[in-house]
Amino acid sequence: MKPTRLSECGNWVLERFPITKFWNDHMAHYYAPKNFNIWYFFGSLALLVLVNQIITGILLTMNYKPDAKLAFDSVEYIMRDVPWGWLVRYMHSTGASAFFIVIYLHMFRALIYGSFKHPRELIWIFGMLLFVALMAEAFMGYLLPWGQMSFWGAQVIISLFSAIPVIGDDLSLWIRGDYVIADATLNRFFAFHVIAVPLVLVMLVFMHLVALHEVGSNNPDGIEIKASKDPWGHPVDGIPFHPYYTVKDLVGVGVFLVFFATVIFYMPEVGGYFLEHANFIPADPMKTPEHIAPVWYFTPFYSILRAIPDKFAGVIGMGGSIVVLFLMPWLDRCKVKSIRYRGGIFKKALFLFVVSFLALGYLGTQPVTPIATTMARLFTAIYFGFFLLMPIYTRWEKTKPVPRRLTKLQTLEEQLHAIEEQLPAFIEEITEIKPTTAEIGDAAFRATFFNRRPNPKGIAHVLSRLAVKLKGSLD
Amino acid sequence: MKNLITLLLLLTLSFGVVASESVELQEADIDLSDNASLQRGAQHFVTYCLGCHSAKYMRYLRFALDVGVDQQKVLKEIAPEGASIYDQIHSAMNKHDAEKWFGVQPPDLSLIARSRGADWLYSYLKSYYVDPSRPFGVNNLVFEDTAMPNPLWQLQGEQHAEARKTIYGEYTKLVLDHPGALSEREFDLFVNDLVNFLVYVGEPVQLERERIGKYVLLFLIIFSVIAYLLKKEYWKDVD
Repeated sequence: MKPTRLSECGNWVLERFPITKFWNDHMAHYYAPKNFNIWYFFGSLALLVLVNQIITGILLTMNYKPDAKLAFDSVEYIMRDVPWGWLVRYMHSTGASAFFIVIYLHMFRALIYGSFKHPRELIWIFGMLLFVALMAEAFMGYLLPWGQMSFWGAQVIISLFSAIPVIGDDLSLWIRGDYVIADATLNRFFAFHVIAVPLVLVMLVFMHLVALHEVGSNNPDGIEIKASKDPWGHPVDGIPFHPYYTVKDLVGVGVFLVFFATVIFYMPEVGGYFLEHANFIPADPMKTPEHIAPVWYFTPFYSILRAIPDKFAGVIGMGGSIVVLFLMPWLDRCKVKSIRYRGGIFKKALFLFVVSFLALGYLGTQPVTPIATTMARLFTAIYFGFFLLMPIYTRWEKTKPVPRRLTKLQTLEEQLHAIEEQLPAFIEEITEIKPTTAEIGDAAFRATFFNRRPNPKGIAHVLSRLAVKLKGSLD
Repeated sequence: MKNLITLLLLLTLSFGVVASESVELQEADIDLSDNASLQRGAQHFVTYCLGCHSAKYMRYLRFALDVGVDQQKVLKEIAPEGASIYDQIHSAMNKHDAEKWFGVQPPDLSLIARSRGADWLYSYLKSYYVDPSRPFGVNNLVFEDTAMPNPLWQLQGEQHAEARKTIYGEYTKLVLDHPGALSEREFDLFVNDLVNFLVYVGEPVQLERERIGKYVLLFLIIFSVIAYLLKKEYWKDVD
């Protein structure tokens, strides 16, 4: 083909700038394991939400006023008088919660498939730094609407620094820039929220991905695909990220956006969890709300803080609950990565951890009562127990043999097909045909689904089988 | 997959729980597509609330456009004398006077429905009772020791609180002593219209976003299906 003017222009750039090399290294020739399941969507979704937050954030700053006198009004101005401002604002506020949902699921994926273990420790560390930066970003962003919860939430959290002995009071004063949360605090939080922390986030995302592409992705089987290569040096169980995973992630993006749009258009407050009711009242330093609750994504850590009786110890506990996560690669002594081949004790411990994390999250949204405090203490103990006892219980773990190659993945269609095949037998088992005395219609009529009644014996059978299966999957 | 479903289920369960109120609230019947109710509510608001409370994030023009009323009609029948169609709904009361008379400045009501909820407002406006120990002679069952006098007493009449005992425990019942200008049913509708208007004012774009949402979701579902088919096509050769 004769080179055109345009392709010559393109070549001129490519000879001077390695776009092709970059694309090949990280997309077209980056080999990813071919058995990624639903848990592997959340990495790319996190990137999508980050982009959403940056774009909507930039649009918001065009009308937002970082001034204690104007901030609240300017948010309402965006919601009412700026064309499509409400959509941009809801995309940003829903995006904040979506970010944490996606990140929590992404982190949970790492826990179940051992993605934090050798040789991916540094990916995990960068990821944890990202999580901390994200929490800082969310916390400072939450002050900007200047509502009652913005103000008092920030007041509570910053006052925690004053619990630190000797330097505490001066430190919290230094952070606030005033004796209470005030205009100075709002301005500096704005600066951090829109430029400082986002820069850190983008840099850390870059490092997270560079580290990932150096060692390669883990997978649900937790085995290294680089161990078996074909004559051309490509992993046998790997497929190029582009186009296979780019098209697959596109499906994930579509499904995620359906949920995301449902929240934005039909339930932007999510019952006071994504946008708290009290935050529709302008910040008033003279009026403390009855019940100060942080946004839902901070509540597990807030619960740990409240569970510990001493304030300083509580702060240490809350910090510690995040620090222990950093140590995961060294706390877990089990050589097997994936939960598929790990021992029952780890599965049970992980189950307890998930329950305690969700319970702490729920308790953090509720007012303090003696029972709630006792529960929070119990779950805090389980939370820390999961991490701190890990070096002990993972050593005894009775693991299953790990295969050398990836196991075959059942596709969604095969799963549906299997269900379809088993369904008639299943219905047969849990129901019985109603005995009819009257002669209505023929035998075929009697055999229809609507003539069936639940069969207690059959249901009991199914339940006991399910229980045995559940117990088996925990061993 | 199973784990994910359980997780999502637990998440939604925890979202469903709302802090309990000490008094059981009555349910307001909110219908933002009922333009007649919104117009009546706006009139009630200007007549009975605007004396002290503003709704400063709302413009008369926005109301006229959203509810589909002629702008001249809004100026004539709803807005107070002298207001321009471009004005925000401001109260005439001076801040210093307000603090002298009520101890606090009456809050702006633009977002009251979003911070308190429709049912709370509906119940609150209906739950005033005579209490001579209070500065204005009335107290409220839903918001104890409220600083606001009952602006609707001429319509509702006067109620007094009575402690009642049942086998389930004690509760307070409000009994109407002197009927007001409206019957009980008329008064309920009156308050409901007012609350309907406040819910609209809290977020004027509500109906619009629900309308747009349908098309966005339709697009996204079609997009997801096409993306899935594309994925299937690409993954044919992966075993």
